[in-house]
Amino acid sequence: MNRYQQIKLAKQVGKWALIAVIMVYAIFPFYYAVITSLKPSSELFQVDYWLYSVDLGNYAQIFSQDSFIQAIGNSILVAISVVFIALLLGVTASYALGRVRFRGRTTVMLVVLGVSMFPQVAVLSGLFEVIRTLNLYNSPGGLILSYTIFTLPFTVWVLTTFMRQLPIELEEAAIMDGATPWVTLTKVFLPLMWPAMATTGLLAFIAAWNEFLFALTFTLTDSQRTVPVAIALISGGSQHELPWGPIMAASVTVTVPLVILVMIFQRRIVSGLTAGAVKG
Amino acid sequence: MSTPATESASRVGARATKAGYRGTKVRRQRVRAAWMFLIPMLITLALVAGWPLARTFYFSFTDASLSDTAGAAWIGIENYLVFDDGNWYGILTDPVWWQSVWNTLFFSVVSVSLEVVFGIIVALLLNAEFKGRMLVRAAVLIPWAIPTIVSAKMWAWMLNDQFGIINHLLMALGLIDSPLAWTADASLSMWAVIMVDVWKTIPFVALLVLAALQMLPKDCYEAAEVDGIHPVKVFFRVTLPLITPALLVAVIFRLLDALRVFDVIYVLTSNSTNTMTMSIYARQQLVEFQDVGYGSAASTLLFLIIALVTILYLYLGRRQLGVDE
Repeated sequence: MNRYQQIKLAKQVGKWALIAVIMVYAIFPFYYAVITSLKPSSELFQVDYWLYSVDLGNYAQIFSQDSFIQAIGNSILVAISVVFIALLLGVTASYALGRVRFRGRTTVMLVVLGVSMFPQVAVLSGLFEVIRTLNLYNSPGGLILSYTIFTLPFTVWVLTTFMRQLPIELEEAAIMDGATPWVTLTKVFLPLMWPAMATTGLLAFIAAWNEFLFALTFTLTDSQRTVPVAIALISGGSQHELPWGPIMAASVTVTVPLVILVMIFQRRIVSGLTAGAVKG
Repeated sequence: MSTPATESASRVGARATKAGYRGTKVRRQRVRAAWMFLIPMLITLALVAGWPLARTFYFSFTDASLSDTAGAAWIGIENYLVFDDGNWYGILTDPVWWQSVWNTLFFSVVSVSLEVVFGIIVALLLNAEFKGRMLVRAAVLIPWAIPTIVSAKMWAWMLNDQFGIINHLLMALGLIDSPLAWTADASLSMWAVIMVDVWKTIPFVALLVLAALQMLPKDCYEAAEVDGIHPVKVFFRVTLPLITPALLVAVIFRLLDALRVFDVIYVLTSNSTNTMTMSIYARQQLVEFQDVGYGSAASTLLFLIIALVTILYLYLGRRQLGVDE
């Protein structure tokens, strides 16, 4: 083996070692949560790198609690409603912003971008008042309303990027045929926008599913909580006796659907994330 | 920079002008429809963002409490600063507030720097051709998809002082003699929080950088290879300058996120002052102490800091984002 081959081999080894390190780093915490959740409580405090036997006791325990099942139901209800509202308002707005030239378009774009930069805590007291006035405190409605603050600007922004890429000829033909903007949007563009809407909807769903600050502040009782709050508030006898087994079982339960979604739609998610930031 | 959209829009405009009266009518109809399409979104944003923000500003000058926001009385800038009986009071004299400002800045700068460095490394690797690249990309996305609360809990368990796998591993390797209290120790807890945040957000930075890498022209790399220039030199002289615009966008996005950080710290270290950020400080005043006036003053200051960064971003980023006409 000559020197050139040695260098080439070293490079290959280095590359695969780096890949292995990154893979372990990315996956290990989740893997460890899965292992912990499948251990019987007697073995919980013994550190293992591998699972020797499967025990579903932790899962049985969390699914026997009504509040956890209600929390899953609330999370699904809130996330789906938020996605629906954001897409409905977002797709019409993105048509206006992406396809029509009018005075004030740049201003509207900057307002949308500005809102997406809002720190959530800056609107917390004002939003609390709005939610209480509308009688939505401690209900999924309050969360659905408040979550539009971060899902809507993002949806509008990404859909506008996609809307701009559609060919102009379609629109010209529709205008020549005398179609109104509403017909152009619903009959010509909407069928072409489904992939983009699926991407954006998925990202909005994940954002709503993961939200914590509003859910913690705008709900009061266990039956109205969403899953992240439910998990954060699982507690034992004291600070030092947290029931780690059930916490990990609950964590794995709410994460597995997301991980599966990401695996299936990774191409779409990547294009959606980068469309929001890089392309213009 | 002329985007396809502005081109196409102006083409419609030009043809519409040629078509004369009918064209103007179509154009006017389109502009009117555009506003009709925008109004529902604008009303929603006004309801959930504009109005609440204005109320927060207003509350910061009142003595509002959580149970009674309507009966708030105007007290001027007393929440911010007041001289009373020989002493200064108000948020600007509160050492805990300044501690949380410092914590937020420290957290933001350190975690975003680490994320950028590791994000570039991961992106460069994913940009190379190798078997199973899609699988690695999917694996790298996992931390991004995991809810922040869940990742905080997972790491809290791994970092547990008595039974955590990290202490176990470090002791087995002989790096430490006794277990470390990662989330309780004043000198370690901030680093624990940064570690979790970095783990969670490397994928985001890596994906943005990867997208920029994939748009780079191939020919200058071929030229560099022919000339036998060292890859490290090629990276710093060619790649890095070319991906700087995308990097800038990623940095500002992440910086804005980091400045308002709440959930990961709330779950890992609760209300400990060692890691308290501006968001946690404001929420504690607002909700736990029920002092809406004082908490709103903290929120307002946080908003002003983030607004400054955002304005800087819009100024620098206008071109890349293609908002310009």
